[in-house]
Amino acid sequence: MIKFTIDGVEVEAEEGQNVLQVALDNGFDIPHLCYHEALEPYGACRLCQVEITRGNRTRLTTSCNYPVFEGIKVQTRTDKVIRARKMVIELLLARSPNVPVIKELAEEYSVGTPRFSLDNDDCILCGLCERVCREVVGVEAITFLGRGSSRKVGPPLEINPQTCIACGACAYVCPTNCIKVEENENERTIVRWGRTLPMKKCKVCGRSFAPWFQLDYFGKITEGIPKDFWDKCPDCR
Amino acid sequence: MSLKGIDQILKKFEYRESAIIAILQEVQEKQNYLPEKDLEHISEKLPIPLTRIYRIASFYNAFSLKPRGKHIISVCLGTACHVRGAPMVLDRLKLELGIDVGEMTEDGLFSLETVNCLGACAMGPIVVFGKEYHGQMTPAKVESAIKKYKKTSKE
Amino acid sequence: MKRISSLQELEKTRQEILGRIDPEKPYVTITSGTSARAYGSEKVIDTLRKELKKQGLTGKIDIRITGGQGFDEREPLVIVSPQDILYQQVKPTDIADIVSETLLGNKVIDRLLYKDAETGETVLHKTDIPFYKAQSPYIFGNNSKIDPTSLDDYIAIGGYSALAKVLREISPEEVVDIIKKSGLRGRGGGGFPTGRKWESCRNAPGKKHYVICNADEGDPGAYMDRGLLEGNPHSVIEGMMIGAYAIGSDEGYVYVRYEYPLASENVENAIEQLRQCGLLGKNILGTDFNFNIKVSRGGGAFICGESTALMASLEGKAGEPRAKHIHTVESGLWDQPTNLNNVETWANVPLIINKGVEWYTSIGTEGSKGTKIFSLVGKVKNTGLVEVPMGITIREVVYDIGGGISGNGKLKAIQTGGPSGGAIPASLIDMPIDYDRLSEAGSMMGSGGMIVMDDKTCMVDIAKYFMNFLKDESCGKCTTCREGTRRMYEVLNAITEGNGKDGDIELLEELSWIVAEGSLCALGQTAPNPVLSTIRYFRDEYEAHIKEKRCPAGVCKALITYSIDEENCTGCGVCKNVCPVDAITGKKKELHTIDPDTCIRCGACMAACNFDAVKVV
Repeated sequence: MIKFTIDGVEVEAEEGQNVLQVALDNGFDIPHLCYHEALEPYGACRLCQVEITRGNRTRLTTSCNYPVFEGIKVQTRTDKVIRARKMVIELLLARSPNVPVIKELAEEYSVGTPRFSLDNDDCILCGLCERVCREVVGVEAITFLGRGSSRKVGPPLEINPQTCIACGACAYVCPTNCIKVEENENERTIVRWGRTLPMKKCKVCGRSFAPWFQLDYFGKITEGIPKDFWDKCPDCR
Repeated sequence: MSLKGIDQILKKFEYRESAIIAILQEVQEKQNYLPEKDLEHISEKLPIPLTRIYRIASFYNAFSLKPRGKHIISVCLGTACHVRGAPMVLDRLKLELGIDVGEMTEDGLFSLETVNCLGACAMGPIVVFGKEYHGQMTPAKVESAIKKYKKTSKE
Repeated sequence: MKRISSLQELEKTRQEILGRIDPEKPYVTITSGTSARAYGSEKVIDTLRKELKKQGLTGKIDIRITGGQGFDEREPLVIVSPQDILYQQVKPTDIADIVSETLLGNKVIDRLLYKDAETGETVLHKTDIPFYKAQSPYIFGNNSKIDPTSLDDYIAIGGYSALAKVLREISPEEVVDIIKKSGLRGRGGGGFPTGRKWESCRNAPGKKHYVICNADEGDPGAYMDRGLLEGNPHSVIEGMMIGAYAIGSDEGYVYVRYEYPLASENVENAIEQLRQCGLLGKNILGTDFNFNIKVSRGGGAFICGESTALMASLEGKAGEPRAKHIHTVESGLWDQPTNLNNVETWANVPLIINKGVEWYTSIGTEGSKGTKIFSLVGKVKNTGLVEVPMGITIREVVYDIGGGISGNGKLKAIQTGGPSGGAIPASLIDMPIDYDRLSEAGSMMGSGGMIVMDDKTCMVDIAKYFMNFLKDESCGKCTTCREGTRRMYEVLNAITEGNGKDGDIELLEELSWIVAEGSLCALGQTAPNPVLSTIRYFRDEYEAHIKEKRCPAGVCKALITYSIDEENCTGCGVCKNVCPVDAITGKKKELHTIDPDTCIRCGACMAACNFDAVKVV
């Protein structure tokens, strides 16, 4: 076990854990937008920055990808930390003034109207969608395109990702809710990526439960599962 | 590019995924851009997910996903060239060619691009027409340089 | 090239090559790096070959083609030996004269000699030319002695003797110690002590250790590495081999920027020659040192100069940096211990081994040992690559070597460190150049770009220029860098367009704080430097733009007007002819006028006027 302190309180962690996860597990409130337990830490949003003292050096650093070390001192609410948080929120608010989670953060940290011209982007480039698609689902349907101020997330050629199985994981992890999923009896559409797939109906109860393409994909990557498994919805299996 | 040509390039790089940047550079070499079909073929044969190819092709300046003019006119915007008046040269080029940076003339002959430093600062401001370096450019020299290049490129 | 499979064989080969050189034989040296080629050096070489053939001199007079020799704007340089006469800016039409007058007639062609701008005196020999006189070209000077495509030439000047010495009698740990004691610091910009880096890498556990040469020289205006790789690739490779031996690596990469095709070609060529003769591969020089190098080309991204982004690119990914909580010397390329150094850093290594620590530490200052190659460019008379000892003052570089300001402007500032650096004002011109002094002054050594700026350079425009560069070169991953640089650019742009507001300077300072503190990598962390340093030293310029809507240097288009001076105008009409938007009216021999609403501030009229009648207000 690795012992260190957060805001003066002693905590314990296992080797390989990151500071943010340990802090959250211990009830400390560190804001974060691009971090998800199930995914590799990315360090893009910069909101989770805290001051960490290791040896005789203290630095402002992201906590999501900072490994736990014995004896480090983590401080989550110093003046520097708050100042940094407020500025990051202001930058995000100027980019995405109508995104609920950003507005909530702005309210919590008393960030007023940004001092910059307002855009209206519903995506904050946290990368959670890209990472869940690649690391967990494994189809790598969307990616980061471009660079710098023109960076965005999307499929190659910006529409209709060919490997997307319309599982909706991207929509599930998105903190700004900008990835909408629409569904009717016959098709499911991941609106943001322009991906529409026809739905398969359950042989038993008749309701549409998953896209054909998705079931084909699962069939390909699994072994030893009888073919008719994919003909029934999860409830009827 | 012919699919066979692409296969030869893949073979040259031993089908190594880590060589994707060099592979894309060679595929683009003769055609000035990366056509969708070529990228799909590379994705299938290397193999490498298509999204990864697009990630790389859209990240690095060297690549263009849209067709470019037969001849590429590059203006160096390095600091030394900037200090010597490169922005004015660029403005004049835009005016004379009638296109903006990243665009192609209607006849498909020229594309206008900028580059962040060619490392030939002694001759700045520099404009490269195709592979020809034209140094000490001034707005006044732009018109004649375009005319001259139009002539020699047709020969 | 036959195989060299032992230390003795290397020496024997060296003696054989030296033995073949006829010290009496005349030869002509011509520079042909990228700069010279842009000035037509290839045609000059071709014309010389043909002329020698015509005169029956082929074989009697050798031609040596070198890389750049520093004085780029006077290239192609042609040096006739053994007389050691230097001719500058040689054109194909000059060749016939050079052959008949100098080679055959032993006469000097005055018009081709370097001429002192003030005294009008001509100079015969390279080392008497002020540009070269004040330099200490221990590393770059070798460019003039070798053809970069010839391994023989490199061996003839002592090449690979440092490697041989190391393999013969120095242990890897001792090599690390030597580099530590030399005080060599990274020449790529960071200035990190090289010996310490090698030591950490050597001690890091891992199945494989890699060495990398960072040739992604991305700072605009800096091209020292190009000069070295084009002109003397073996010196860099030799350094890498010594480093690999010291660190325990058997595989290296040279990552060359996409925009440097000739450098890439010359390095590949050098590597192939080494493979052919066995100086790369297994059991080098008969020892159990194995080493192989590959060249990898970049794709056009400034961020790939950052070590973690470079390694991502080598792995075939987009050049996105990662947090350095775990250093690359412990976990770098393919998660293995990796030692990355800049081109010039590697080139210093054979020099240190050959000449020794005592000699090396006698050059430079307390904290910065050795020499540094700078690209002296911008509004300076003598533009090119210069190698000077650390500690030399800015004044000496700009005036003694650079010849002072070009045109009739006054020195205003020099910019070092590229987009991560800052502007040093003319008032600090007597400052010694070294890592620490430059940092204290708000700039940094950087890779060596030294941009000279005069009073016609607007420092707000320069800050905007760098921010524009950075916002596009940012990889875009982290909020602070991506959004921050963009917003800083917007504020600066507004200021240059006459839309600056009170409080903008403070806003820039606040943005600078969060971009520097909050960004993931060195690009973001140093991005505010050009803005902060120009605010520090040229605040009055910012205030003029904001409060008075005035650009003192006469650069920002929205704030200037071009007008014709009544006193000087002769009514010749030249300006009217060159104006691309027909903004000038006037009858012959009468005062002409420029319509400020149509005028696009392109400056064509000013450049064309022979009477100095066009003014910027």
